[in-house]
Amino acid sequence: MTALRARLATLPWLWSFAAAVLVWGLAATVTGGRGAGEILTSALAFGTFTVIVGLGQMLVITTGPGNVDLSIPATMTLSGVIAMKVMDTESARILLGVAAALGASSIVGVVNYVLIRLLRIPPIIATLSSSFLVLSTAISYGRGLRIKPPPPLADFATVRLGGLPLVTIAILILSLLIALVLKRTVYGRTVAAIGQNERAAWLAGLDVRRTRFITYVLSALLAGVCGILQSGFSGGAALNMGDDFLLASIAVVVIGGTSVAGGRGNVPGIWGAALFMFLLVTMLNIFGASPGIRLVMTGLIIIAVITAAGGETQTR
Amino acid sequence: MINPRLLRAALPFLSLAVVLGATFYVQPRTMSYFGLNLMLQYAVPIALATIAQMFIITVNDLDLSIGPFVGLVGVIAATVLNGTPALGVAALVACVLAYGLVGALIHLRSLPSIVVTLGLSFVWLGIAVMILPSPGGKAPPLLRSIMTFSVPYVPFPIVAAIVIGAIVHLALMTTSFGVIARGAGGNPKALTRAGWSMLQTRVVMYMLAGLFGVLSGLSLLGLTTSADAHVADRYTLYSIAGVILGGGEFIGGRVSPMGAVVGALTLALAGAFLIFLRISPDWQIGAQGAILIVVLAMRALITSREARS
Repeated sequence: MTALRARLATLPWLWSFAAAVLVWGLAATVTGGRGAGEILTSALAFGTFTVIVGLGQMLVITTGPGNVDLSIPATMTLSGVIAMKVMDTESARILLGVAAALGASSIVGVVNYVLIRLLRIPPIIATLSSSFLVLSTAISYGRGLRIKPPPPLADFATVRLGGLPLVTIAILILSLLIALVLKRTVYGRTVAAIGQNERAAWLAGLDVRRTRFITYVLSALLAGVCGILQSGFSGGAALNMGDDFLLASIAVVVIGGTSVAGGRGNVPGIWGAALFMFLLVTMLNIFGASPGIRLVMTGLIIIAVITAAGGETQTR
Repeated sequence: MINPRLLRAALPFLSLAVVLGATFYVQPRTMSYFGLNLMLQYAVPIALATIAQMFIITVNDLDLSIGPFVGLVGVIAATVLNGTPALGVAALVACVLAYGLVGALIHLRSLPSIVVTLGLSFVWLGIAVMILPSPGGKAPPLLRSIMTFSVPYVPFPIVAAIVIGAIVHLALMTTSFGVIARGAGGNPKALTRAGWSMLQTRVVMYMLAGLFGVLSGLSLLGLTTSADAHVADRYTLYSIAGVILGGGEFIGGRVSPMGAVVGALTLALAGAFLIFLRISPDWQIGAQGAILIVVLAMRALITSREARS
């Protein structure tokens, strides 16, 4: 029993998957098994977007307490707006649009790092302040008509291969890559080392500044990717498209078993948590819950999960 | 050379003076009793929310739920409190107690306050939407008459802001509880070893934040006269910005109640100033972000000079 418990403790991502399966089962029971497969597929499709930003947020949170990227929703919106406007519904301009959107996103990441470094302010405040500017830029630039994504981009974002959305497969591969980077590369190990003890990492000769810089740029880039794909998926960019992703990006990281205190990232858990979050909303919808109840339940469950996981961070 | 410490303490007041001067320059007609009253009317709820946020920041936490909470208070006051006052008061007291409970939870499980309060913001919003699905309700007449109270010579918002700032200053900067509370942000370990209960301190600070959140919601309702669950969503950002503009630090319990009120006044004024400048509404939020960054940059400059001297 203790051996089993010890083994479970090394696999913190199992919980999020268990919760996802439980909620899925509950939802399927209510519908009498009808549509269970369809629910799972749409959970994968929608959950994938949360996973993209979750990966970036996970890297940021792993670099230690106080590190959170609050500019993710604004960056997503900016990226989506730029991509749609540059592409202007023309298939030939897709690459140009992607390049412009990701270029702008990476500038946001650089600005975030510069604010943290030069003004010596906590990342929360730095990313919050920059997000105001980013959002205003997006609003001002994206004013006017809603521009549809070029057909190939829309297809890429919505097409399914053998039941699995193509984007899901692509992001699964990206997740594997990031998990490898986190476990096997100097950069990934440095991210964890900074999160565990920044001073010790610095004394050990690790390049703390460069690692932090890369992390914030990566987070902004992933938010940019999510913005482009989301615009392709939902038929254009919207100025409020990032709103749901602030809580979601943090929640999937925390529920997925990444240590909030930093130093311990977890990629598979993000998938389990993203599925769990979407299935939960689906289940509440099936139960016929009003929007108010859905909001309250989402909030309470996040608090419950962090409370259940919170004690563990202290034993480190 | 001016003493950097003094300079830092003066920074919030200087910022307010700059924004005020610029507003008068652009629109001289605002330099009147009526003009100031109009420009600053929303300063009171913002100042109260800023003070609430400041209590949380004092103990090194951050409250991302204060905006929806202010909205919820407005909704409760415009519906329940207006219909059955006793039940309304009980609901508002329960709100304050809920804040204390959250403080206890965060302390006992050493949870990150951002995640908990982010989840909590959904709970507040959800309850508010359940009570009042679409904007409506009516402010109790008493609130309306308090908020439209007019003082001779000096506009009411300024008087109210000074009174709020002074009361909180006395409570937090001159009492022994205030010292312990700020110490809880500075060095919680030392205070625990000295025999003070950090749990109790945190719970009290959270309940104070809840109380000022309630006051903010009530005063906002007195101005808007009808309620909307989303009316105060921006207040989370305003309150954090107000504390920063007011010279508060995020870690270490270094806060300033007078500064926070001045920061809130600056924010309320900046909104009016941007309108006078005919800056497109698209850039309203962006300009506020820019103001924040400029103030933080100036403070970083002062701090680096302080370190050198």
